[in-house]
Amino acid sequence: MSVAATETDLAQRVLELVGAGIEAEVTVERHALSLTRFANSYIHQNVADETTSVRLRLHADGRTATTSTTVLDGLDDLVRRTVDAMRLAPADPTWPGLAPPAPLTSTGNLDEETAAASPDERAARVRAFVDQARGLDAAGYCRTSTTRVVYANSAGQHLSAARTSAAMDGIVRTPTSDGLARLAAVRLADIDGAVLGARAAAKARAGADPVELPPGRYEVVLEPAAVADVLQFLAMYGFNARMVLDRQSFLQVGEAQFDPAVTLVEDASQPDATAIPFDVEGTPRKRVVLVDGGLSAAVVHDRRTAARAGGGAESTGHAIPGGASFGAIASSLRLLPAEGPAPVEVDGPAADSSVLALVAGVERGLLVTDNHYTRVLDPRTLVVTGLTRNGVWLIEDGVITTPVRNFRFTQSYAQALGPGAVLGVGTRAVEQPGPWAESGFVAPALRLASWNYTGGASG
Amino acid sequence: MTQFDVATAAVEAALAAGARYADARVMHRRSESMTARNGEIEELSQDEDAGVGVRALVGSSWGFFAVPDLGRDAARRAGERATAIARASATVPGPALDLVDVEARVDSWASACEVDPLGVALSVKGDLLTGATAEAHKAGADIAEGLYQVWDTRKWFVSSQGHRIDQHIRESGAGISATVIGDGETQRRSYPSYRGQYGTRGWELVDELDLSAHAARIAEEARALLSAPQCPAGETTLILGSEQMALQIHESVGHAIELDRILGWEAAFAGTSWLDLAKLNQLRYGSELMNITIDPTIPGALGSFGYDDEGTPATQRFAVRDGIWVGTLAGRDSAAVAGLDYAGSVRADGWARLPMVRMTNVGLLPGPHTLEEMIAATDDGVLMDLNRSWSIDDKRLNFQFGCEIGWEIKNGKLGRMLRNPTYTGIGPRFWGSMDMLSSEIVSWGTPNCGKGQPGQIGHTGHPAAAARFQNVRVGVRG
Repeated sequence: MSVAATETDLAQRVLELVGAGIEAEVTVERHALSLTRFANSYIHQNVADETTSVRLRLHADGRTATTSTTVLDGLDDLVRRTVDAMRLAPADPTWPGLAPPAPLTSTGNLDEETAAASPDERAARVRAFVDQARGLDAAGYCRTSTTRVVYANSAGQHLSAARTSAAMDGIVRTPTSDGLARLAAVRLADIDGAVLGARAAAKARAGADPVELPPGRYEVVLEPAAVADVLQFLAMYGFNARMVLDRQSFLQVGEAQFDPAVTLVEDASQPDATAIPFDVEGTPRKRVVLVDGGLSAAVVHDRRTAARAGGGAESTGHAIPGGASFGAIASSLRLLPAEGPAPVEVDGPAADSSVLALVAGVERGLLVTDNHYTRVLDPRTLVVTGLTRNGVWLIEDGVITTPVRNFRFTQSYAQALGPGAVLGVGTRAVEQPGPWAESGFVAPALRLASWNYTGGASG
Repeated sequence: MTQFDVATAAVEAALAAGARYADARVMHRRSESMTARNGEIEELSQDEDAGVGVRALVGSSWGFFAVPDLGRDAARRAGERATAIARASATVPGPALDLVDVEARVDSWASACEVDPLGVALSVKGDLLTGATAEAHKAGADIAEGLYQVWDTRKWFVSSQGHRIDQHIRESGAGISATVIGDGETQRRSYPSYRGQYGTRGWELVDELDLSAHAARIAEEARALLSAPQCPAGETTLILGSEQMALQIHESVGHAIELDRILGWEAAFAGTSWLDLAKLNQLRYGSELMNITIDPTIPGALGSFGYDDEGTPATQRFAVRDGIWVGTLAGRDSAAVAGLDYAGSVRADGWARLPMVRMTNVGLLPGPHTLEEMIAATDDGVLMDLNRSWSIDDKRLNFQFGCEIGWEIKNGKLGRMLRNPTYTGIGPRFWGSMDMLSSEIVSWGTPNCGKGQPGQIGHTGHPAAAARFQNVRVGVRG
């Protein structure tokens, strides 16, 4: 019996146990995660787990309950407990119904070699990264994960998909600076520890002995890691239909709220996407153009927000676990890069030649590698505070001149990308592993007219 | 086959495969949560998970493997896989590694619980949340939300040194919030804090909160905030309420004293610490009013337990005494590396995750004042409470926090309500300016502390009281 058949069997068995007269959906997910972590240039944590979980959601007589378990020899008990909970649960007047049958256009991007990757393969990439530090301290991780999911419901929808994800995220450290390199991909074979280690080391060395500059508004070039942070907040607070319906989002569909250089697309069907191509409600993920040449064009929906929005709105396939309280979130957001020559590796702190091209246009500003510990002050204005991290440099007359100590910023992410605010877009967009989720966002570098730094490293 | 048998099989297999030390935790957890909004239930979720996680040490290198299958063969394979992973770690090895000594105990421990939180009828729980959120909505909240979460965790720990410990920990918590939408901004008030109050207690904790009694007030305050003046920008005297103090302690003390951060083990993600082990027992962290303990023995506090996930018994210890840094949150391996003789602060958020250094209950001992005395003694300042946003740098020095509400203080009296209050500072400078501290301690529970890769969510406790600080920069805006 194949692995997929086993998951399908589990799902069908649970549906049969539920029986007739109850709307039911079941998700069986098999997830294998391996993560090799290093610090002070050695592997200090090295973990793996393999988990199969069953999630069951039932609805009848206006009441809903959701349960999950990893105890697979207790499925009868799971169904009984879920039915009991549903019968006793308070009313659920906004139940949107189950997802109807709809086909997938993609069954996910799975690389069998990545799924079978050994601890030694991850350790070899760590060794290569550490060797490129050439005596400096290195820290980070190399991760592989595989997810196989089967979804089935009593309305006749049945989907299965699988995906792999590989990522490496590391820093090299001098006593006064850190330098970063990070990359995610479907295939572990696309992750080169030596290339990433060399880039991180170059940044760390170029960032040593930074000077402190006064806070204030600076023109900036944000590298992809920092841009991915901006995209994450746009996904959570901007293009989330629930936030829009609640008037907690700045977004107004149909208005030119972004610079014409900005086109944002949610697309899990791309060959480099690492997300499962359907959501927890069993809706296939649709390709959604969220911003089209600066025009706010759409939001992402789950079934509840689509029903609430009315007017023919449909789920775009972006429900998340617990989404009834938080809404719908993009899973594969990508900011489209500018057209131009393929970037190449360069000497010095810039990530590549595409970043250097953006730097060349800056009379006085900052090159920022990464943002850190970013939190929203008010979702409506999307004002976010956080700090720079892993390398900041002063740009003068188009040239990177001086490493700079970290700043604290307090900046509206919506305004940062507003009309007239984007002065350049990089020509290479790469997936950045997310800080928590295994699927990250695809981002190029950006040159922005202004970023509000409200404090220096010393306060 | 008992859970201890499963854990023992995993440990024995790891040793047979070549590990010089191994431990295993079998865990079984049931959890339940419900959310409500504007008088209607949004989501009811009940979850269960069980499995075994095995940790193996080969030379100076660790490996960890976890599976949900609690059969003997699966446990043995997990022990072997953990050892194989440790061997891969050894290809990029660190310095020689020891574990500080911990007495190998055979024991059981359970948290106190008056009302089993999973035994309370769903209808009762639902009525509580729908009633409170309906009341807040009626009183003016555009979005009134309520939440409860409960966990029932059993764990069985076995080590190759002879530990055999089982624990049963029940945790409960709940809260409500009221959000109003203004012209271009939102305002929020919560009770008792945004995600609520949590502890290692039963449903009695939730009953005592009396959510409905506070629903109308938070809605009215949120509405009033929309037209309140902005918190002024500048340096002033700042008084923080106990809930915001809990967050201040968590972020600028709790994480800073984690020994794994101090040793650089979290450098690439959560970050390091401004603390230097060479300055332990000498460094001034704050004023003499600052006495902070690491204390997992506090009955009912969210970070309490009988033993940590390495089998170290819960013990109270000072982190800061009379303003001087004197202690860390440590594990058996990190303590040995640092030359310390104690551990006791290592936990995992489930069977599938590696135990790591985590806060337990990290909080203040009471001071000599009251909040009323602080206000009366302040000519010009701001009072802030209930956290709304939090951000701190990777060394746990440079922070900026936002609160839900502020009030100006003029001539010893509370004045106008202030909206969008924020403050920023540098840890030791800020703590050094604390010149008044209340005696009214509340052990706040934080159920959402993120750390580690893969990410883990920790439950921590923070005894805290209102305090006053001098020359603090407030009113930072974008």
